Amino acid sequence: MGSKYAQGFGLGSVNPDLASERQTASFSVERLTTVLDGGAEHTRVRRAVVEAIERDPVFSRENQYFQTQNERYEAAVRKAVHLQKKMHEMGWREDGPEFIYIYRALAGDVAFLLHRVFMRSISVLGSDEQVAKWIPLATKHQLIGSYAQTELGHGTYLQGLETTAVFDTTTQEFILNTPKISAMKWWPGDMGRSATHTVVFAQLYVHGKCYGVHPFIVQIRSLRDHSLCPGITAGDIGPKMNFEHIDNGYLMLQNVRIPRENMLNKFCEVQPDGTYVRRGSQKINYFTMTTLRVSLLSDEVILPLMKACTIAIRYSAVRRQSKLNPGEEEAKILDYQTQQEKLLPQLAAAYAFHFINNYLHKLFDRGYKEIQERNFSSLPELHASSSGFKAMLSQYCTAGVEICLRACGGHGYSLLSGLPSLYTKILASCIYEGENTILLLQTARFLIKCFAAASAGQPVPQSVTYLAAVKPGKCPAKNKLDFLNPDIYVEAYQHTAIRLLSSTAAKLQDLIQSGVKKHEAWNQCTVQLVQAAKAHCHYITVKNFVETVEKLENKAGIQKIMKHLCDLYALHGIFSNAGLFLHDGYISGAQMDMITASYLDLLGVIRKDAVPLVDAFDFTDKSLNSALGSYDGNVYQRLYEWAQKSPTNQQVHPAYEKYLRPLLHNKLSKL
Amino acid sequence: VCNGDYRQSRGILFSSSVLSPEALVINDPDFQHEDLNFLSRSQRYEQAIRKSSLMVMKLREYGIADPEEIYWFKSFVHRGRPEPLDLHLGMFLPTLLTQATPEQQDRFFMPAWNLEIIGTYAQTEMGHGTHLRGLETTATYDPATQEFILNSPTVTSIKWWPGGLGKTSNHAIVLAQLYTQGQCKGLHAFIVPIRQLGTHEPLPGITVGDIGPKFGYDEMDNGYLKMDNFRIPRENMLMKYAQVEPDGTYVKPLSDKLTYGTMVFIRSLIVGDSARSLSRACTIAIRYSAVRHQSELKPGEPEPQILDYQTQQYKLFPLLATAYAFHFVGAYIKDTYRRISGDINEGDLSELPELHALTAGLKAFTSWTANAGIEECRMACGGHGYSRCSGIPDIYVTFTPSCTYEGENTVMMLQTARFLVKSYNQVAAGQRVSGMVSYLNDLSRQRIQPQHVAARTVSVRINDPVSLVEAYKARAARLVEAAAKNLQAELNHRKSKEDAWNRTSVDLVRASEVHCHYVIVKLFTAKLSEISNAAVRAVMTELCLLYTLYGISKNAGDFMQAGILTDAQITQVNQRVKELLAIIRPNAVALVDSFDFHDTHLGSVLGRYDGNVYENMFEWAKKSPLNKTEVHESFHKHLKPMQAKL
Repeated sequence: MGSKYAQGFGLGSVNPDLASERQTASFSVERLTTVLDGGAEHTRVRRAVVEAIERDPVFSRENQYFQTQNERYEAAVRKAVHLQKKMHEMGWREDGPEFIYIYRALAGDVAFLLHRVFMRSISVLGSDEQVAKWIPLATKHQLIGSYAQTELGHGTYLQGLETTAVFDTTTQEFILNTPKISAMKWWPGDMGRSATHTVVFAQLYVHGKCYGVHPFIVQIRSLRDHSLCPGITAGDIGPKMNFEHIDNGYLMLQNVRIPRENMLNKFCEVQPDGTYVRRGSQKINYFTMTTLRVSLLSDEVILPLMKACTIAIRYSAVRRQSKLNPGEEEAKILDYQTQQEKLLPQLAAAYAFHFINNYLHKLFDRGYKEIQERNFSSLPELHASSSGFKAMLSQYCTAGVEICLRACGGHGYSLLSGLPSLYTKILASCIYEGENTILLLQTARFLIKCFAAASAGQPVPQSVTYLAAVKPGKCPAKNKLDFLNPDIYVEAYQHTAIRLLSSTAAKLQDLIQSGVKKHEAWNQCTVQLVQAAKAHCHYITVKNFVETVEKLENKAGIQKIMKHLCDLYALHGIFSNAGLFLHDGYISGAQMDMITASYLDLLGVIRKDAVPLVDAFDFTDKSLNSALGSYDGNVYQRLYEWAQKSPTNQQVHPAYEKYLRPLLHNKLSKL
Repeated sequence: VCNGDYRQSRGILFSSSVLSPEALVINDPDFQHEDLNFLSRSQRYEQAIRKSSLMVMKLREYGIADPEEIYWFKSFVHRGRPEPLDLHLGMFLPTLLTQATPEQQDRFFMPAWNLEIIGTYAQTEMGHGTHLRGLETTATYDPATQEFILNSPTVTSIKWWPGGLGKTSNHAIVLAQLYTQGQCKGLHAFIVPIRQLGTHEPLPGITVGDIGPKFGYDEMDNGYLKMDNFRIPRENMLMKYAQVEPDGTYVKPLSDKLTYGTMVFIRSLIVGDSARSLSRACTIAIRYSAVRHQSELKPGEPEPQILDYQTQQYKLFPLLATAYAFHFVGAYIKDTYRRISGDINEGDLSELPELHALTAGLKAFTSWTANAGIEECRMACGGHGYSRCSGIPDIYVTFTPSCTYEGENTVMMLQTARFLVKSYNQVAAGQRVSGMVSYLNDLSRQRIQPQHVAARTVSVRINDPVSLVEAYKARAARLVEAAAKNLQAELNHRKSKEDAWNRTSVDLVRASEVHCHYVIVKLFTAKLSEISNAAVRAVMTELCLLYTLYGISKNAGDFMQAGILTDAQITQVNQRVKELLAIIRPNAVALVDSFDFHDTHLGSVLGRYDGNVYENMFEWAKKSPLNKTEVHESFHKHLKPMQAKL
């Protein structure tokens, strides 16, 4: 049965093509929704937040697809300001249970997200005094913060940043400079137009010595009239593929002086005489980034894939095309095997990623506590996990959203489908907070180290203990049903992950022993290292999905359908990467045919529950903002209604008077 | 450093005539305008209309009339972007030429040629796309007044998507189900006036408008059209083939296969488009990768060019090789089409089915690959690739719909599969097949042994392109056979034909893909021997090897499972791919320079010929609409009041 909640947002009656899909669900949609939310209480809170936000006309996204960059920026600022009022009115607090759902409910179109990062970096990197000074100001929005790390010529590689901060002992100030054009800060959100302050990452120099990259709080705009402060050049970096509502900015600093107290100094400090003092690990500077990578996965990476699946699968149950059986009406496109093969693996992946995200959050909550107690031992594992999973998930989800877009035929390309915006937005996630290839190489570096340690019998972090269990062998499966046994496929993933890592480690070793310099050997192995890192993350994701399914309640059909999805996710991965599994003969050619058969069978099984499975994500129509994906399936009426609202339809277009009329009235005859 | 002079490699990509229209347009001040990235959709439409109007006048002025020359001229004027007259020039006029009677041509063609009539081609409906028989628009003949009555009976039947329909056109060729004497005679084409000449207002009974913003195509007014009891004279049905006589008697056309030719032509253009769009993206990404420095390769040394990283080369060089491969494939299809269309005019349709099947699959294969490749190029440019100043977002959004239009790609792959299965069945029945599928003939010889074709061992030499073509051939044979056998097995379960086909369709799509892949490898390899300049041939051979070996590496499962290559050989292939990356590296920039895109056409700050990226990014950003004022109005409207209150 469909969720009554979502039905409340539909218009008119439900399209019978969609209604029939909901009558045959093999499980309780409502119960699965609460599983996804982590309990009925969370579901209740989330719905309350979503409803409060969507009922408020200030937060409406109705005209979003028709707005210019300037209009969207203005709307985002208006919403951000209104949100403060709303939170006060509703009694929502930053540390309350509602907070995590607000952003989801707003569906992203709101300014000042970097303000949160600004606050977070002060909380993590600032001393107690700094926290006491800045956080209240930021909380009350008496200043608006940003986070300026990336430069025009430098991204993920932090040591390469060129902005300088030179300590002047005589005035007890840091002098910040942008020595050349490639050192200009470029991309930080909220910085182009909004921010008054920003955390600037710069190379610290004291008495002529460079101490590496450090964070500094710099005021860039006047708190009185918002004009730029002396020595500051800042502006918007121009149109992008999406994020029109965000003023990503540039920033140039010319002899900008800030007091000594503006260097964030919980872990490193420059004393009045210029003495540099370090407390704790330098790595902590990266921890903000690391946590950011994990915290963005849910809202920015997994939810967009869930939304895209919802839109594409509902539309595929409404759209009819060609005939499957002569004499019958045209078939739902969801009944075509090729359509199932495009969409259902994405659906399975969305669930797999939801569960791996829960796993990562647990890992990080534990790590965060340890770090608060100045125990840094788990940092390498946290860093490697956040890097690898951010890269794998963002890459997969981006590709998945695009598959959904293209699976909707022509209408997918209309902005009114909602899919192009989801796509152009999610694809930025492959780059921000660390370019994916570089992140995977960082994970690989960690894995290579752990592999060496494990081989030498030394202890390794929990997530990689499997590396010690290298055992050659063959997959024992005898028929296609054996591949629905999680032990069989988890073992296959584990085997492949170890094989890729060990063969790369061996090659690295060989190159070094043959006299190739270490860094050069590394570069020569990077393609394989990336592959090994992905295989590791893929393995952990499959394993975690299996373990999650085992723990699910065996009620209301939930465990059964999740088991099917888990099987599909795992077998699709093998089917799509057949070469990796066949390579050393662990899986035979005949077994690969069994896997393919099982995989294709599963498509037919999951097909029956496809619509209920996306209903369980529980997106409101407003949050989908899609003419194709609404709950009631009244696709064509909505598409027509929305198109008529397009500003291009409001009058005879001015281009007619200016150009078409002379053209039509044949001024050409002169020629 | 470059051992292949780029002007020489450029020579193998273009015939010299192509340059002249480019020079005409780029030096013409009438075609200059502000950066489109800073304009709203309405402004972009207006710019496009302005340029199109000028373009038409200049085409006349220069006396350009050859369809291919018009295509190039147009592509330079609009810098490879769509424009509102695309359908008028590309569909409305040609359809009049091929499907109108002489009387109809007298009435419509010259006015349309002189742009008193601007037309579009309205086929797709909101609820119906690739499956034409499903269209719902009706044209009912009324013998009393000798008129057709056009209707859009349902919401799903509203014409939706035709370019130029929303705001520009005053006529449309409408495809509708013809009803006469109470019977449905299937789809036919009608010339329908939609706007009042003079005022441009929609005619009574016509509802027409723009379908709203899309993913790209900002300058195109894709439109909708709804007709309510709209009457047109009998003479407005295109009647060169089928006819309705004054009393309503329907006269059948002689052959309905002739429309194939146009489809083949348009799909061959898309293959060429795939090559060009991917080449543009490669040009930008490779030049930028030579300018961008990042991290360190050797401790203590300055940050290296990112193009020196193996992972970056692994992303970009296979795409570069792909772009070259697709150029040669596009040229092949165009030549074959020209050759065959001569035969068609003389009534010989024998080669048409294979070419039709092949272009369907190649259209899908190349557009899918190019689509993914463009995105790969954008991501290889890191954050800056995401800025519109990189030009890649624009290339992507303009190109990506080609996966859907002129035949949705999966449906295209299945059309090719239908031909492959048919050929396979012919071989199984003891006949021989010719052309690109002739490898299926070899299957019959192995039928003596009840084994897979795969069991045949090919001794593959991984440095020999010709030997690698054999490996691809063996893979195609294996997967076509597997798909055909699976289909047969489903049919044996007494399922309906359609149901069996559907249950095998994933295999069938795979079979088409590997067939197309084989064709591309074969054509690329064959091209090598035609290159006379030794240095160019050497570098093209490297690219061809890279394309071929990379394809094996990425699809290793197929080759191993079929027993064509051993895992030891796959390891060698993987190794060789990486060696080739290093070999191609010194020529990489020269190889994209050979594509010879003018900076104006490339439209990219990152991909500039002079490589002065950062200065120009800053200059570009300063022009952003958000930067028009120092303090944005939002500060006074929203920020300041909030700060005052809190």
